Order: sequence, then C-alpha cells, then structure tokens
Amino acid sequence: MKSIHLPIKKIIEENSNIKTFYFDHELNAKPGQFIMLWIPGVDQKPFSIGYQDKDSFGLTIFKRGPLTEKLFEMNVGDRVGISGPYGTNFTVNPDLHYVMVAGGYGAAPLGCLAETLSCHPDWNKGSGKIDFLVGAKNKDLVLFEERLSKIPNLNLHIATDDGSKGYKGYVTNILSDLTNKADKKTLIVTCGPELMEKKILDICNEKNIDCEISIERYMKCGFGVCGQCVVDGPGICMCKEGPVVNRELANKITEFGKYHRNKSGQIVNL
Amino acid sequence: MNLKTAFLEKTFESPIVLASGILGLTGASLKNTTDNGCGGVTVKSVSINPRPGHPNPTMVGFDHFFINAVGLSNPGVEKAIEELRKFKTLTDKPLIGSIFASTPDEFAVIAEKICKAPIDFLEIDISCPNVSKEFGTPFAYDKKAVELITKKVKEKSNVPVTVKLSPNAWDIDEIAVIAESAGADAITAVNTISGMVIDVSAKRPTLSNKQGGVSGPALFPIALKCVYDIYNKVQIPIIGTGGITTGEDAIQMIMAGATLLGVGSAVYFRGQDAFQKINTEMIEIMEKEGIKSLDEIRGIAHK
Repeated sequence: MKSIHLPIKKIIEENSNIKTFYFDHELNAKPGQFIMLWIPGVDQKPFSIGYQDKDSFGLTIFKRGPLTEKLFEMNVGDRVGISGPYGTNFTVNPDLHYVMVAGGYGAAPLGCLAETLSCHPDWNKGSGKIDFLVGAKNKDLVLFEERLSKIPNLNLHIATDDGSKGYKGYVTNILSDLTNKADKKTLIVTCGPELMEKKILDICNEKNIDCEISIERYMKCGFGVCGQCVVDGPGICMCKEGPVVNRELANKITEFGKYHRNKSGQIVNL
Repeated sequence: MNLKTAFLEKTFESPIVLASGILGLTGASLKNTTDNGCGGVTVKSVSINPRPGHPNPTMVGFDHFFINAVGLSNPGVEKAIEELRKFKTLTDKPLIGSIFASTPDEFAVIAEKICKAPIDFLEIDISCPNVSKEFGTPFAYDKKAVELITKKVKEKSNVPVTVKLSPNAWDIDEIAVIAESAGADAITAVNTISGMVIDVSAKRPTLSNKQGGVSGPALFPIALKCVYDIYNKVQIPIIGTGGITTGEDAIQMIMAGATLLGVGSAVYFRGQDAFQKINTEMIEIMEKEGIKSLDEIRGIAHK
C-alpha cells in the first residue's frame, strides 16, 4: 500500500520520552489497529493508533531508535509517510464490562478503545463500563490520567513500581479484585510488556474470563507478505492475524511469553 | 481429477509451491502455507551468517505489481536448519531448501551444511536483484559463474539441485542449458525482475534500497516467455515462477512447459489462502476444458 504524506498538526509531550503526534486525516481505523510511519531516508516502522476522531488521529510514540529519534526532532508542519490502517482490532461492544490493563505506552491503544466506546450511541444506556488499570515505573510515566478521567463509566486504577502514585507494585496485582467479580460480560483487554500480558492470559485461563491481547512482533511489510512477524504454533503473521488476538488464539501461540524473532529471524528469549 | 504432479521422484499433491522469500521464515509458517493449499514449500533463502536485510520500506504493492528489496534477511544456515527440521516434524510435504552466497566456494560450503537438514531439493539462488551493492552483479547473468556454482553445489549436495535464474538475463534459455550441462536437476524460472518505484511526495525511490525486484501480475507474461523458451532447450523439469496469481495463470505456465509452479506475491493480491484459490480455479478450468491431468497439457503450447 502506498504511503500518504501528512503534515504533523500538533505535538504533545506526554513525558520526557513519549510524545503524541496528531494528523488531520480520516483514517477510519478500529481500536488496536496500527499504521506504518515512514520518514524517507531513515526507516519505516509500525505504530499503534493512540487517538482517533472523525477527521484526525494521533500516535503516542516512545523514543527508542533512529526513526523515533528523527521523529522527535520534527516540528508541526513537517511531513511523514503514513500507510494503513493494518491488522486486527479490539472488540467494541457497549454492553461489556471492560477491564483494560495497560503497561507503559500500551495505554495508547487502550485509551483509543475507551474513547471509541464512550462515543458509541449506546454507551451510558446499557450495562457497559470500564475499569482501566495503568501501570508505570513512577508517577511521571503514568500516561493519559486526565484524558481517561473524562470518560463516563470509567474507573481509573493506577499502579507504580515505586509507589509514587496509586498502588505500589505491578498492575497485575490489583487485577485479582476485579477478576473475582468477573462474569460473562467481562472482557479483559491488555497491551503492554509481554510478560505482563502473559500473566494476564494465565489469569484469564485459570478463571475462564474472555480476553483480547495486543501482541508485538518485529514487522517489516505490515500486510502479511514478508513473513517476518510469524509466530510459532499457528505460523501466522501477527501483522495480519494480530496484533490483537483473543484468548483461544493467544493460547495457540506457543512462543507467547517466551521468545520472539529479531529482524534476521533469529530467536530472542524474553 | 486431481492436481497430482510428479517432480524428480517426488509426488506433489498440487504443483503450487511456496516461492522463496514470501512467508517462509520458520517451520511453522511454512507448514501454515501447506494448510493453505501449497503442495510443497521453498524456505526463504539462507546464507552462512545471519543477515538483518535492508531498512524499511522493503516491500510495496500496487494494483498490478509488487516490488521488494528485503535484502535476503535470514537467521543464518545453522538456525535455518532447525526450522527446516521443525517443518518436517509438522508435515511430510516436499521441502525445497534455498541458499545464496557471495562466491562459488561459499555456495559449496553452505550447500554441504544445509544438506544436513531434511530437505528434498536444493534451490540455488543466484539471481536476487537486490544485493548488488554487496555481492556485485548477480551470478545468473554470467554463464561461467552459473556453470561453476552449479558444479560445486552438485558435488556437495545429497538432494536434487534446481538453479534459480533471472529474467534480466536476455539469454536465460542459454543459461538454463549451461546449468543443465553442469549437472542441474531442474531450473527455477524466474526470480523477480529489477525495477523501481519513486514516491512523488518524498521525491525519491520508495524502497530504501532504491531498486527492487518486481513480481506480481506485471511479471507474469515475462516469466511465461522465459519458461516457454527454456522448455524448448532443456530436458530437465522447470519450476515456473513469476506473477502466477490465478488458476488461469497457473494453467498457462504448465502449457508453457512448467512442472511445478512457484507462487509468492499472490498472497498480497489474494490473501493468505491464495494457493488454495489457485488450486480450485485450476480444477475448474480442467473440468471446463476436459483436461484429465496436468501431465496431459504440460508444454502443449509448443505443439
């Protein structure tokens, strides 16, 4: 798919290493999907969609390599290449009780999901609600507190490793209260570090709760041709049949929580 | 009626084989393509040492063609052998190894190594158009190099060898003759053809490698002519590859003389189950045209 070159409309500094870049463009993505962002002469990488309304979208990006370093030097008006949206998405159902578990910048796609739900015409009418769990190393790295607190029927739970805000410890520790009350309308959705995600999958299996997990793998093409992001077990591409997978599929991915492959295709243990 | 095809002592349930470089990085992903209709598979080409490949963009698709310059990324032969072994624990479908190297002697070394894996055939990739900065002009343009590499690999290989040729070589049929006389057991024709796409907004080539290999429907008539010409000149079987996207393409390629059919970029145009769709369409055409077996029509366009 050809990239379109869009000027950056707005840049918000979320913290020292994370910025959100906004673009005026009707992307028509679903929560959990991703785009490929290309800076000509540098590189092109996948990024999940962190914000979307009718005619604009935003990408919340962590600075971690040559492409994102270059992006962080760019200003409003500078253009980048965008293609997509690609991949699978989270279920959007205003009748469900969502338990969203976000680790680090995994809060971005889940924030987009929460906002999409809150814009649904049937939100507020039915039994739908959100418990949003955010985990971060410390209080300065907690993302979207203000943004999330504006969403109706959403309870925000914060956990920090150092206890500087909310519960002290891992976000998965505050999950048990919620999972004990889970019923058929509960859907746990998660995006964050893989070991956290694996722990959540184990809990969901143990307590028989539905879940949807966003799985990150090294991607090149983004549309299911190069085969770089294939996973052991089913041998399918995570760019095409992921990144969001349900519990049944997650359980078939034998490498989940154990290892992934790098850009040569060599196995790297988690 | 079925698509059963005999190729060098092996039987393929369908002549469709996964072409090298698409989806075929791991044992599990190769197996998945056989669930989606491939009669056999070719692994993504392997080198002695691991290679990360070129930076992105490495692939881009348009309505009638696809272009890539992945840069032969692979985990290196030792790790690849583990994936090939894994494939054979999952299915007994035929497996084609694929190797590339920078010198004829290195081809011999890697051929010997990969033959420790349970491969049924070995493809020599001497025709990738996307690594000339590193490796120089592809060996597939040079008759002496084709002869030497084929001989050296044949000496070390314990399975039949197929030589993958380039449609950029204007005398591809003559090169196929050289490969045959040097001992090749089959010819794979063709690799992608050298090409380029420029992004008008970026005002530069889209692929980070600037040039890439063109595949998809635009390559098909070029590949078909190459196979037709080669079939006239050699006795060994041909794996017809290049732009096959539909059952009609597949039947045309067999009528030109191909025995097996390499399919890759069709996945971009028709999805992960493109192979199965092509199988179904081949059967439909055979029923409509009263063709009882593929053997009956192989090379028939030459009569």
